Amino acid sequence: MTATAKPLDPHSATLTKLSERFGEGVLSTSIFRDNLRLFVPKSQLFSLLEFLKNECGFSFLSELGGVDYLGYPGWTRDRFQVHYVLRNLETNAFLVVKVGVTAAQATLPSVMPLWMGADWMEREVFDMYGIKFEGHPDLRRILMPDEFEAFPLRKDYPLRGRGERHNFPKLSRAQS
Amino acid sequence: MALNPVQGGYPTTAAQITTRASLANVPTGTVEVPENTILTSLDAVVNWCRKNSLWPMPFATACCGIELMAVGASRFDIARFGAEVMRFSPRQCDLMIVAGRVAMKMLPVLQRIWLQMPEPKWCISMGACASTGGIFDTYAVVQGIDRFIPVDLYIPGCPPRPEQILRAVMDLQAKIQRGGGIAETGLPELADREQHVIELQQLGILPSARVERGDEDRFGYRLPGGKSLVGVTEVQ
Repeated sequence: MTATAKPLDPHSATLTKLSERFGEGVLSTSIFRDNLRLFVPKSQLFSLLEFLKNECGFSFLSELGGVDYLGYPGWTRDRFQVHYVLRNLETNAFLVVKVGVTAAQATLPSVMPLWMGADWMEREVFDMYGIKFEGHPDLRRILMPDEFEAFPLRKDYPLRGRGERHNFPKLSRAQS
Repeated sequence: MALNPVQGGYPTTAAQITTRASLANVPTGTVEVPENTILTSLDAVVNWCRKNSLWPMPFATACCGIELMAVGASRFDIARFGAEVMRFSPRQCDLMIVAGRVAMKMLPVLQRIWLQMPEPKWCISMGACASTGGIFDTYAVVQGIDRFIPVDLYIPGCPPRPEQILRAVMDLQAKIQRGGGIAETGLPELADREQHVIELQQLGILPSARVERGDEDRFGYRLPGGKSLVGVTEVQ
């Protein structure tokens, strides 16, 4: 019993399949508690998600979000990360796919062809971080007003804004 | 107070009536005040009617709205003050109660609703967030609605107790009784309004509220002050 390293490793089959398909060296992985995390280059992102969905049973896109690591202590990777939390509805396994995005070229392929539910989540990431999802049919702001220009969850955006909330017309008693 | 004119009971004898009439500069001898009749001004009666039949527009965006609902329920019972008819159409309201924080994206809607309410109208800013932005000092939350619409009364608290809301209604009633008249503009601070309207008409500019409809912008309408400058980098 003690000889088995990971008797209940839920991700071993997935990792085997992935290494067969994509080869070694494309992905880097880490495990936090029982969640497997894959770090993927941008060029491989869509094909990997497609493979995970169609071949590995991760059919459900549970969450799609972004992070800005500007000023993060000891950070050497790309400034932004977008993560896709996938769920295998048969084995209940979680899988997190992370991809780095640079500020200079803040674009990613949209996963709308795979999951229609990515629609609003990609719009939200675009709204907050300014990461453009190529192929998204309707990439508009979803939370902020349409004419808002900044991306407020970027770390270099001031918490109190740049005066946007002060610029509405004032209604006086005389006007109303 | 209009309808509480006589201290020590209503006048019963002709002598009392004559005395009171002379105090009120009513020519004696020509006007005979019958029994059970009260002399007052029409404005006072109208204000008395207005203050006792406020129809609130509950603009409840957050937890203050829960307290506002409690005020409408039986324990506190805003009906005791004649303000129980919550209407969800601003066209039928004369008291807007802004309960909760107002996001930047919501503010044009708030202004729109305020414009849709008919005169005379009053506004209560309920709670810390509506009055000052409260704890939400972020890029997306308006720091006090009085920056953008007129406010008559502020209620502190996070959220305020229902008693405070009732107190605000009573204070507003006192304010309504003091101000305005049917031949005027509703509130003393509106005294300049007629002049303003006349000036605008002379300049060939109609009052904003009258061209409000059909002048469309981001949310299907445009506000009187012109286009909002959201996104323009301007720190106050």
